[in-house]
Amino acid sequence: MFVSYKWLQEYVDLSGISPVELAEKITKSGIEVEGVEKKSEGIKGVVIGHVLEKVKHPEADKLNICQVDLGQETPVQIICGAPNVDKGQKVAVATVGAVLPGNFKIKKAKLRGEESNGMICSLQELGIEPKVVAKDYSSGIFVFPSEAEAGQDALSLLGLDDAILELGLTPNRADAMSMLGVAYEVGAILGREVKWPEISEHSSSEEASGYISVKVDAKEDNPLYVAKVIKDVKIGPSPLWMQTLLMNSGIRPHNNIVDITNYVLLEYGQPLHAFDYNKIGSKEILVRRASEGEKIVTLDEAERTLKADHLVITNGTDPIALAGVMGGANSEVDTDTTTVLLESAYFTGGVIRKASKDHGLRSEASSRYEKGVDPNRVRQAAERAADLMAQYAGGTVLNGSVTADALQIEPAVVSITLEKINRVLGTHLQMDQVQSIFKRLQFTVDVSGDEITVTVPTRRGDITIEEDLIEEVARLFGYDNLPLTLPVAETGPGGLTSYQLKRRKVRSFLEGAGLYQAVTYSLTTNEKANQYALETADTIRLAMPMSEERSTLRLSITPQLLEILKYNIARQNDSIAIYETGSVFLKNGEHELPVEKEHLAGALTGLWHSQLWQGEKKPVDFYVAKGVLEGLFSVLGISEAVSYHPAAIPGMHPGRTAEIKLNGEAVGFVGQIHPKVQKDMDLKETFVFELSLQSVLKVHVEPISYTSIPRFPSITRDIALVVDRETAAGQIYSVITEAGGKLLKEVSVFDLYEGERMEQGKKSIAFSLKYLDPERTLTDEEVTKAHNKVLKTVEEKTGAALRA
Amino acid sequence: MKERLQELQAEALQKVEEASSLKGLNDIRVSYLGKKGPITEVLRGMGKLSAEERPVIGALANEVREAIAEQIEAKQVQLEEAAIAEKLAAETIDVTLPGSPVRTGSKHPLTKVVEEIEDLFISMGYAVAEGPEVEKDYYNFEALNLPKGHPARDMQDSFYITEDILLRTHTSPVQARTMEKHQGKGPVKIICPGKVYRRDNDDATHSHQFMQIEGLVVDENIRMSDLKGTLDVFAKKMFGEDREIRLRPSFFPFTEPSVEMDISCKVCGGKGCSVCKGTGWIEILGAGMVHPNVLEMAGFDSKKYSGFAFGMGPERIAMLKYGVDDIRHFYTNDIRFLKQFSKHEE
Repeated sequence: MFVSYKWLQEYVDLSGISPVELAEKITKSGIEVEGVEKKSEGIKGVVIGHVLEKVKHPEADKLNICQVDLGQETPVQIICGAPNVDKGQKVAVATVGAVLPGNFKIKKAKLRGEESNGMICSLQELGIEPKVVAKDYSSGIFVFPSEAEAGQDALSLLGLDDAILELGLTPNRADAMSMLGVAYEVGAILGREVKWPEISEHSSSEEASGYISVKVDAKEDNPLYVAKVIKDVKIGPSPLWMQTLLMNSGIRPHNNIVDITNYVLLEYGQPLHAFDYNKIGSKEILVRRASEGEKIVTLDEAERTLKADHLVITNGTDPIALAGVMGGANSEVDTDTTTVLLESAYFTGGVIRKASKDHGLRSEASSRYEKGVDPNRVRQAAERAADLMAQYAGGTVLNGSVTADALQIEPAVVSITLEKINRVLGTHLQMDQVQSIFKRLQFTVDVSGDEITVTVPTRRGDITIEEDLIEEVARLFGYDNLPLTLPVAETGPGGLTSYQLKRRKVRSFLEGAGLYQAVTYSLTTNEKANQYALETADTIRLAMPMSEERSTLRLSITPQLLEILKYNIARQNDSIAIYETGSVFLKNGEHELPVEKEHLAGALTGLWHSQLWQGEKKPVDFYVAKGVLEGLFSVLGISEAVSYHPAAIPGMHPGRTAEIKLNGEAVGFVGQIHPKVQKDMDLKETFVFELSLQSVLKVHVEPISYTSIPRFPSITRDIALVVDRETAAGQIYSVITEAGGKLLKEVSVFDLYEGERMEQGKKSIAFSLKYLDPERTLTDEEVTKAHNKVLKTVEEKTGAALRA
Repeated sequence: MKERLQELQAEALQKVEEASSLKGLNDIRVSYLGKKGPITEVLRGMGKLSAEERPVIGALANEVREAIAEQIEAKQVQLEEAAIAEKLAAETIDVTLPGSPVRTGSKHPLTKVVEEIEDLFISMGYAVAEGPEVEKDYYNFEALNLPKGHPARDMQDSFYITEDILLRTHTSPVQARTMEKHQGKGPVKIICPGKVYRRDNDDATHSHQFMQIEGLVVDENIRMSDLKGTLDVFAKKMFGEDREIRLRPSFFPFTEPSVEMDISCKVCGGKGCSVCKGTGWIEILGAGMVHPNVLEMAGFDSKKYSGFAFGMGPERIAMLKYGVDDIRHFYTNDIRFLKQFSKHEE
C-alpha cells in the first residue's frame, strides 16, 4: 500500500512530523514502512509551458518546432518529437539547465539546424512508471488542464514533490488498506483526531429504485449490496489532483467515473464498481453463484470460464461482473456513458479469494475483499463516490439507494483484566495508561474494577480475543519500553539427545578425517531419486512440481554427491572428499507420512594425499574410503559388529564394492562408482559410501571400561600363506582369530603378493600374529603350540599352504 | 739424549697441530707413543747412561710422552667436534619448503550457524527437538492456527504431495508435535532446527529449500518481557555486544502479539546502506507470544499456560555473518566455498 503524505494530511494533522519521522513511528508501532520515496528527488527545472505555435520541422517529418511561453518575457523555441503536441496545450517543459531522472541534463541544442531550448516531457520522462500513465498519454507528452499557468512548477502540479510511504502490510491489517485506516493508525500513534471527508446531500426528482432492483441469491457470499444511480454524467478526465493521487498510489487514471471509484476505494478501503446503466440490458441486478462453464469477458478483454464457486453480478440472466474481482467488458463505462450504476457491496473473503486465485487476477478490489472490508463503510463509500460524481462528472444523484441487506453488523466486544495484560507483557501498567491507549485507537472502553471491556470498531476485524487487545496495548506502549527478563521456569538441563550427540561425533570425525560437509536438495529428478537406494520403495512425487529437476523426494544421497563432484571437477577442483548427513524418504501408505531415514553418504575422488615436491602422491582408492568408515566405526565403538561383503549394486563397480553389515544386517555400502557411470558423468575414479545413519547410531555402546596395560612381553609370529586368488583375506582372518584362542591378541595383514613368481590363480598373503598372556611371560613352547594349531586350522579350512 | 727428546717433543707437537683427520692423529699417536716409537727407543738406550743421568732422562721422557698424549687428546676432541659439525652441515635442509599436509575437512557454514545457535540455547536449558520434513497439513498449518482457506497461507506457498501431506514450510510443526507429546503439562523449552521447503524459484535471495531454527518456551507465567530478554541475549551473543536491537510489532498467525527483530546494520553502523536498504536495520527473526489457539490445539490450557516462540533462517544469518551474497552458494557445494569455513572463530 502506497500512502501519499500530502493526501494523508487531509485526514489527520501531520504538522511537526516529517515523512521520515512518520515512517519510523508507524514501523515501530506495527506496520512496517518499507520505504519513503520522493519522486521529484533528482529532478529540477521543469515548468509549465504554453505551446503558442507549432510548425513542422522542414528537415524532419516527425519533429515539430514549437514556440513555448514559459511565463517569461519572450517565448522560447523548442523542438518536440511527440506525436500529440499541439498549439494551445499546457505542457511540462524541462528548461535549459534542468535535470531529469538518471541525471539527464537539458542543454541548448540544435536539431537538424533548428535551435531547441529545452524539452517537452512525457510523464515517463519525469520518472513516472509507465503502468500508471493514462492510456491517452502513454506514447506522447502529458497535457495539463488549461488552468495550469505558464511558468508554474510542473513537478508540484503532478504531485511529484509528495513523499510516498510504502507500507508492507501483514494479512491481519486489512484496516490499513485505506487512507482513513492509515489515518486512524497515525491518529492513535500521534494522539490526534481523524477527519472524515464531508459528503454533500443530494436530492433529485427521481428515485433510484425506479431504475433498478437488486436481488441477492447468494446471501452468504454477499450479505450487503448497495446500488446508486447517477444520471447525466459527462465522461472526461478527472481533476489533475485526483489523477496524481491515483498515480502516486500506483493506479492508472482512466476517466472521471472510474477514477472516482478508485479514489474512494483508496480513501475508504471499500471497492466500488461503476456500470454503464444503459449497457446492463435490464432493470435488475441479480447476484448469484456462477453456473459451471458460464463465460464472461472481463474488462481486461479476457474471456473467463466460471465455476460454481465463483460469484457473479448479473442483469438477471447474464453475468456483467465477476463479483469483487473485475467488471465485465459488456457493461464498461466509456465516453458515451450518461448514466452510471454504482455498486458498493460487502463480499465475503473466501469466495473472492477463490475466484481471484482461479483466474490469476488480483485487483485492488479483490485484495481488499480477501482480507475483509469494514461493513460499516459500504454505504458511506457509495454516498461519497456519488457526491464526487456529481461534483466532477456533472451527474445527478438519484434519490436513495437500492439495497439487498442481510448483513448483521456486530462489533466485537472483548474483556480483559489489567492483571492479565501486565502478566503477559511483564509490565506494570496502570489502568489509566491502558485506557488512554484504547482511547487513542478510538475503541470504546468500559472499565469496571480491574476489568476493561473494549468495543472494537468494525474497521478492526482483526481484533477478536484478549491477546489481540494485549498486542494493541504493547505496540502503542512501545516494544522498546518492555522490560528485559528471562523465563524463570523450572526446566530440565536441556541439551542434546544421545542420537544428536553421536551425530555430531560422526560429523567431527569425518571433518577431522579430511571430508567437507555438503548440504544438498532433498528434491531431485524422478530418475535419480532411487539410484543407489539402500532399500527399495516407491518414489514420492510432488503433486505440482516447479520443475522436473526438483520433482521427487530422494531415497539416497549418493546421486547428489556425484553431482557435486561433477560440478567441482568441471571447475578444475579434482581432489574432493565430501560427506552429507540428511533425510531420505520412503513411501508409505497412500495417506500416511513417508518413512524418513537419516543417511550418511560420502564421496571421494582425486588425490587423498600429495606432497608434490617430494614426489608423493596417494590417489583415493577403495581402501581409503573403507578406512574412513573403519575409523568412524571404531570411534563409535561398533567395529566388532561391522562386516564387509563383496556385493553387486547397480551403478557400482562389480569387483570393488562391499556391502556393509551391522550385526549381520545390511546397513549400507562402500565402493567404486561403475566406470560407465563415471564416464557418463565426466568423473575420474570415484569412491562412495552410503549408510543408514539411523541404524548405525541406534546400536547401544557399552561405556568405556579400563583394562590394565600388560606387564609381560608379547611374542609375534609371522606367517605367509599361499591361497587361491578368490579366497578373501577376511575369511582367513576370521579362521585365524577363531583358532588362535585366548592367547592370540592381534592379527594383522602385512603383505599381499600376486605377482609372476606365484603359481597361476594363487596369491600369497602374510599375517602377523601377536600372542600375549597378561598374567605371565609366555614360553616359546606355549606360543608354538598355539601357533601350530592356527596353521593347521587355516590349512584345513581355507586350503592355504605355508609359503616356502 | 736430552736434546733428542726435546726435538721429538717439538716435532710431535708440530705434527699434532697439523693433523687434519682423526686417522692422521691416530697415526701420530702410534708413531710417537707406540712400542716402536722414538721415545720408547730413547728409553731403551738409557742403559748407556750414567746413574745420575738415568732418572733425569727417564723423567724427561715421561714428561715428553705425557705432553704429546695430552696434546693428541686435545686435538682429538677438536677434530671430533669438527667432524660432527661437518656432518650436520651436510644434513641441512630447506626449512621453508612446505610440510607434509595433514588433511582437514570442515562443517558446512549452515551447520556452523545452527550448532552455534543450538549451543547457545542449550546453555540456557533448551533441548533440541527434531521432526519430519514431510508433514501433515494438520501439523504444518491447522495446529498453528492456520485453518484451510486462511489468507496467511498465501505467505508460504507450499509443495503438496497429496491434499493432506506436504513438505513442511517451517519447523513450527515440530513445536506443535512436541507440545502435543507433553500432554498439556509444562514446561516445554526447545529449539528446533531443520530443513524446510517453499515454492520459490531459486535465485540470489530465494531457495526452494532452506533451513530454519525455531525456539519455543511454554510454561505458567511466561511473559513477553521474557521473550524480549531471551532475544536480547541471543542477538548480543550471536552478533556482538555492540549491536543495537529493535523490536517491531508484526503478524504471524501462530503468535499474538507478534514481533520482528532487527539488529543495527554492521556494514554502515546504522546510517543506511545498500545491505540494509537504507534503513540502518537488518531483519533477523520473527517471534511472539504463542497464540492461545495453538496452545489449546496442542492440549494446553491457555488460561494457565503461556509461551513464546521465535524463528529465524540460518542462511540469512550466515549471509550476514560471513558476507555471502548469494543463497545458492550454500547448496552448490563448490569446494572453494566450503573450504572457507574451516577455521575457528572467536
